[in-house]
Amino acid sequence: MTLARNFPFFSILLCLVGSVLTSVLKPKAARALTVIISGVVLVLSAFTLRYALAMDAAEPFMMGHFPAPWGNELRIGRLEALMATGISGVLFVTLLAGFYHMPAFVSDKKLGLYCIMVDLALGAILVMLYTNDLFTAYVFIEIMTIASCALVIVRQNGHTLVAATRYMIMNLLASGLVLLGISMLYGITGHLLMEPLGRSVRQIYETGQYMEPLTVVIALITAGLAIKSAMFPFHAWAPDTYAFAPPMSSAILSGLIGKAYIFLLIKFIFRVIGLDIIVASHIDSILFACGVTGMIIGSVMAISQRDIRRMVAYSSVSQIGYIYMGLGMGTEVGVAAALFQMLAHAAAKSLLFLSTNELTSVSGDRKRFHYLHGAGYRNPVAGVVFTVGAMSLVGIPFTGGFVAKLYLATAGMPLGGWVRALVLVALAVSTLLNAVYYLHTVVSIYRRAPAEIDYPPSHRVPRHAAAALLISMLMTVYLGIGSGPIMRVIESGLKMFA
Amino acid sequence: MWQALYENLEQTVAAILFGIGFTILLLQRNMIRKIIGLNIMSTATYLFLASMGFIEGRKAPIVMDGVTDAAAYINPIPAGLVLTGIVVSVSFTGIMLALTVRLYRRYRTLDIDQIALLAKGEDLP
Amino acid sequence: MSKRRSDWAQRPQARFLRWMREGYGALDDEIISAVAQPAAQRPDAEALEEHDRLIGTHRHEREMALDRLANYDLQRWANTRGRKALTRLYVLLALLLGASLIYFLLDTVAYMPRFGQVAVPTNNEVIARYIEKGLEETGAINIVAGMILDYRAFDTLGESTVLFVAACAVLILLRIDLDDQGQPMQQLIAEGSDDRHYEPKNDRILQGSAMVLTPIILLFGIYVLFNGHLGPGGGFSGGAILSSGLILYLNAFGFQKAGRFFTYKIFMWVSFFSLGFYGVAKAYSFYMGANGLNSGIPLGTPGAILSSGLIMPLNIAVGLVVACTMYIFYALFRKGGL
Repeated sequence: MTLARNFPFFSILLCLVGSVLTSVLKPKAARALTVIISGVVLVLSAFTLRYALAMDAAEPFMMGHFPAPWGNELRIGRLEALMATGISGVLFVTLLAGFYHMPAFVSDKKLGLYCIMVDLALGAILVMLYTNDLFTAYVFIEIMTIASCALVIVRQNGHTLVAATRYMIMNLLASGLVLLGISMLYGITGHLLMEPLGRSVRQIYETGQYMEPLTVVIALITAGLAIKSAMFPFHAWAPDTYAFAPPMSSAILSGLIGKAYIFLLIKFIFRVIGLDIIVASHIDSILFACGVTGMIIGSVMAISQRDIRRMVAYSSVSQIGYIYMGLGMGTEVGVAAALFQMLAHAAAKSLLFLSTNELTSVSGDRKRFHYLHGAGYRNPVAGVVFTVGAMSLVGIPFTGGFVAKLYLATAGMPLGGWVRALVLVALAVSTLLNAVYYLHTVVSIYRRAPAEIDYPPSHRVPRHAAAALLISMLMTVYLGIGSGPIMRVIESGLKMFA
Repeated sequence: MWQALYENLEQTVAAILFGIGFTILLLQRNMIRKIIGLNIMSTATYLFLASMGFIEGRKAPIVMDGVTDAAAYINPIPAGLVLTGIVVSVSFTGIMLALTVRLYRRYRTLDIDQIALLAKGEDLP
Repeated sequence: MSKRRSDWAQRPQARFLRWMREGYGALDDEIISAVAQPAAQRPDAEALEEHDRLIGTHRHEREMALDRLANYDLQRWANTRGRKALTRLYVLLALLLGASLIYFLLDTVAYMPRFGQVAVPTNNEVIARYIEKGLEETGAINIVAGMILDYRAFDTLGESTVLFVAACAVLILLRIDLDDQGQPMQQLIAEGSDDRHYEPKNDRILQGSAMVLTPIILLFGIYVLFNGHLGPGGGFSGGAILSSGLILYLNAFGFQKAGRFFTYKIFMWVSFFSLGFYGVAKAYSFYMGANGLNSGIPLGTPGAILSSGLIMPLNIAVGLVVACTMYIFYALFRKGGL
């Protein structure tokens, strides 16, 4: 009975109470408090990870005086702690690197409200990582949806309004599907917590009674979470949202919030339904097909963009495709590779969005590639960081993206004939396409600037922001070099899941 | 199948309503109608949930005369879930309406396709 | 009269009465004169016209933008036969998707447990404990209140947070920023983000019925709040009733009077205290529960108003959050501020 087992709960509570406290503070204090909260959550999550590494089996944490089928519960396991550490780490550096240019996008009066949204988004992400209760997950999905919509609309122009409307419509549709799925699941099992749910589902699978509703439940919840995480055919809302939101919001939305939905889906697959039942229902094949298509089409769309922010946004669609390809393999190795890809993408994408903003702001806020020539010299830090992030997403050795692709390819090896071929071909084609647009961008920011365009005098990047960008770059490189221990944690964590 | 559907009449109605809401959401271009579609969808889910809690011949889950026998009251859980759902739908309806107000002020139309065209047009010289 | 003490004017009751009466001061005369004068001479008429004109120019600009677009590829594409065919295809596909969704759901419903039966999966050990032990473990007569505020209190904390986050999101969208002088930004008002031009005039019937109804509604709301653990009701319904009373008052007497007791600051502080209290109180009981300690909160005699531990204070906190959120929604939609 150590204090460390309370840390997940403390970090969630800190976010919720902190967000309420933020509402009565002045904007400057609110900003500081938000950064501090994410830092404290990072420390708490790191301690939780240390605690989780020492234990043999995952532990439930009662939220109240009542045990599993009656009261709410959290669950502390290695995978949850690892993801929480990764996500809060990325958020912490994102806030450090991104907050100083928020005044360009948000009026001073609304900065306090923006900080509330960031806190609540972090809290909701943590709940989705740790919760052991499907209905709690639904409630916090809604908090996350609303908070992320607000993260987009703090920048108030026509584009963000339209993008946020699209975002809300798609996401609320998805929430409706998830809620209907959860209520059907409750109707056929009588439980809402994951362990008893898992037992009841196993029973249903064995006796065959209520098998038809169960299949529909799997389809509904998977579809809902897939829409929310911008899986390929449902990605229509994503590029506009990521391209027009303030860069820090884009980093949070694409890098972190999407990941929380996918993690919840993995939890649902492993802990509620069971991997073998998913494979038997062939939902995994659909996810696989969507993932592979998304990898290719997302990259093709990214190539056709003329605007750097939209290009980075479309590349998210292709990177999410990798994750779903790993999930769709229907094996534990595949899911482990997908989880690693989630971490690698979270780290790389947030730094890409932030450095893109640095690059465009030294080019007079023009996002077309033509104007970006020479931006890598005007802001050297952002240039280097962008290059490393791009290398990671292309999959160049010594970066996180490379290792993720390697694991995905390895996971594809034991699969049967044409699936293996499909995995390898899709990875190769997608890597090639990624290389086309990212390396083209890297080359163009290091080209000599045309003389006829006069650029604004470059502003100084605050030292802490530059340092944060470099730290997040180091994180990406670390994921590429020190991937072994992380992968072992992921694999043992997945074993604990079942 | 028809017999079963008739016996589960509440859930049948809920399923049809859910589908209607979904189709309205896809088909209508008017923002207000889309919001109505969303609300029909969520209300259908509440009907679905609430119908699962009912047990023939039992009373609402409020302890009367000290009787605490599980066979005396209906299932309290769906009531709690529906309550949560209603609160959530109030919140998102508020936000969607606020978005609609802002869009209307800016573009003077409620047609989302028209609005998207106008927003693209803002970039033109 | 003579019974009144000499320091009466300083006493809280007197101050309260004066505060009550203040609402019927200069403002009413202004409004009465506004109603009495013909429309053309009203002071707002000019502002109204200006307002309409601005909207008109806005619309004109939008139409110009549309015209410009007409020459643009996009718009051309919008009028081609291909686009029309595509629209028709989309409609067809949407209908097909909706129909197939209904079909699959109906197919599922046919296999769901039968309605109203005793032997259904939901009728299991979970609800047995909620019903049989609920009174003893939570002290609440209303089993649903016991469930949502004690057994599954974390969900309800999330629920109140949903309301809070929604209120903040609507604030981001609709609140009119004040400029440096503390005045609303003119261009936002011109955009039509405010309908204070359409404030209700002194309406005898409305005001009279509001004067009768508002106290009753508020009292009823408070009753529902305080009896959440004893009967049907609780924080959410009580809060909704409270806010409906406030909105009725606002509609009858206008923003200036309502603004005397409900401002943005008050909204923020009330939310802060209610949610903060909820969070801290529940954190205490979660922490105690998770670590196997006794929380030491007495449950009291079931049926008494002061019973069932934290449930009543939590109901009040939730009710305040709900009332504030509903009221602020209304106020923001009406005029973009409080």
